[in-house]
Amino acid sequence: MTKESISAKGDLRLTRLSKSYGDFTAVDDLSLVIPEGSFFALLGPSGCGKTTTLRMIAGLEEPTVGSIHLGTTDITTTKPYQRPINTVFQNYALFPHLTIFENIAFGLRRRGIKDVDAAVSKVLDLVELPHLAARAIVNRPALLLLDEPLGALDLKLRRQMQIELKWIQKEVGLTFVHVTHDQEEAMTMADTIAVMNEGQIEQMGSPADLYDNPKTAFVANFLGQSNLIKGTISGNDGDSHIVDLFGQKISLQKNRSHANDQFIYAGIRPEKFRISRLGTPTSGNILTGGHIEDVSYIGVSTQYQVEMPWGQELMVFEQNDDGVAPFSKGEEVNISWEPIFTFGLRGDEDATAGSEVNPEELDEE
Amino acid sequence: MSHKIKDATIPHIPTGARISRWIGRNLIRIYAVVAFTYLFIPVAYTFAFSFNDSGKSNLIWKGFTFDNWKNPCGAPEVCSALANSIKIGFLATLFSTILGTMIAFAIGRYSFKGRSTSNLMIFLPMATPEIVLGASLLSLFLVFKINPGFWPTVIAHVVFCISFVVVTVKARIASLDPRLEQAAMDLYANERETFRRVTLPLVAPGIAGAALLAFSLSFDDFIITNFNSGTLTTFPKFVYTSAARGIPAQANVIGSAMFFLALAIVITGQIVGRKRKVSA
Repeated sequence: MTKESISAKGDLRLTRLSKSYGDFTAVDDLSLVIPEGSFFALLGPSGCGKTTTLRMIAGLEEPTVGSIHLGTTDITTTKPYQRPINTVFQNYALFPHLTIFENIAFGLRRRGIKDVDAAVSKVLDLVELPHLAARAIVNRPALLLLDEPLGALDLKLRRQMQIELKWIQKEVGLTFVHVTHDQEEAMTMADTIAVMNEGQIEQMGSPADLYDNPKTAFVANFLGQSNLIKGTISGNDGDSHIVDLFGQKISLQKNRSHANDQFIYAGIRPEKFRISRLGTPTSGNILTGGHIEDVSYIGVSTQYQVEMPWGQELMVFEQNDDGVAPFSKGEEVNISWEPIFTFGLRGDEDATAGSEVNPEELDEE
Repeated sequence: MSHKIKDATIPHIPTGARISRWIGRNLIRIYAVVAFTYLFIPVAYTFAFSFNDSGKSNLIWKGFTFDNWKNPCGAPEVCSALANSIKIGFLATLFSTILGTMIAFAIGRYSFKGRSTSNLMIFLPMATPEIVLGASLLSLFLVFKINPGFWPTVIAHVVFCISFVVVTVKARIASLDPRLEQAAMDLYANERETFRRVTLPLVAPGIAGAALLAFSLSFDDFIITNFNSGTLTTFPKFVYTSAARGIPAQANVIGSAMFFLALAIVITGQIVGRKRKVSA
């Protein structure tokens, strides 16, 4: 039995990784580089392959095809105990027959480290909730994997732990790979997010990139909410396309369009919309002929459902900060927004992809 | 004054209704008392008659004495029979626990050809009537020209104890969170260390329970022992044979002692378990 652990460090590289269980492909030809020292999130709904990917990195699953490199070392087929990688498990998986101290000391003792007491008390000073991540962090791994460890916490504590974990990551300078289905959690903590769907990466980038310029309907709907309006590209104006949305023309920057022909979905985030009463001057892209279908006042903002002449209801979030009297149900309004906020998606996509709420995930909340 | 208010506010309930309401509220308690009385009257009787100044036959109450407890080996052969039962019980427990635990891990953890068949086969000794198992084991020993006695009895006891050990340990293994072993592997423990440091300690209560079960099954087995022990006398055999001429009160002493020992083991186990939970 080989026991020597690998002392590799550096970027984590997944190359053309696949994992199949019989006919089911959990991870499908996935390639990915996670830079050393980054806080990386794998985000996706349950069953998207994010946990399988994490388990392959940990060594708890063997890939069907593909390779995993840490720096220049190939760790694809090495045992979990040989990898300088530790995992914070869902519900922590603490050893119930050992004390908290011995739980944290477990990895140190297995590696024959001398001053266990000092290392454990040092990590306990660092980590506020000891059982959360101490058992993994105390080993100073090249890579720390987090398998939805905050899933069981209530909302307030979860927010607190997100900030705590982010701070710890900066403090100890380890590479964190975090798996979650909670888009807000991923956006709060990660430098880079890879949005996964059906075993593949839909899009990867910083939280702001993904939110502002989603490339697919799945990302547009899974990360926050989006209004996707069907249209066609009817012309060009310098760096912008002119898009025809049910007879009304709007502009879309060419570099924010991911369509491959003239059929397109124009996407706008609900908080980018402005509602105005008829006759009020507006600028930018304008859609006319809407009327307020529903009003929900939620404190920081008011959410409106605005029904457009072509029957689609658009979602609008208005900040309650401008002293303008809220609109009331049935009122005739126009909708406008800055052209730079428009993003374009392929017209043959399923506009509802990624927006359905999975009942299983509701249970986890 | 207050008395008056009480009378005024609480409506009068007829006595019959009050009684039926009391019964309704306490039905589960009444049932429990009846059930435990039913279970423990024989034990109490055995214990009480261990203090009987009986002489030869312990059937009628003749007077209270500590003599039986002071001299448990007083009756002829009772302690040699007890020693045989303890020796056989210990060996049968040892072998059946080791083998049964290994089988439980194999069936509970690994998939191999014939796994479900083995799973079924392991139940067979449990389902086979003891009288059949005892008789066929005897004929098997005789075919191999092994005379009934101490070791054939041990082997026979291992045969029927293994099933119970496998079932008990397997249940414990099934309830084990696989993430705990994965966490150990993740924390630099190789396969052997993971088994020693995590799997085994967590399955240990199940193994201990299985061992206690095996010992008590072996200790009070009469039918299979009677076929395979030849001239060797075990404690159940002793009680059975002496029933004809009157069971000595020492048998009650040993029976009661075994009962209290088992009780002590269970209570200790509970206390230790609770303490661990508190400290964890």
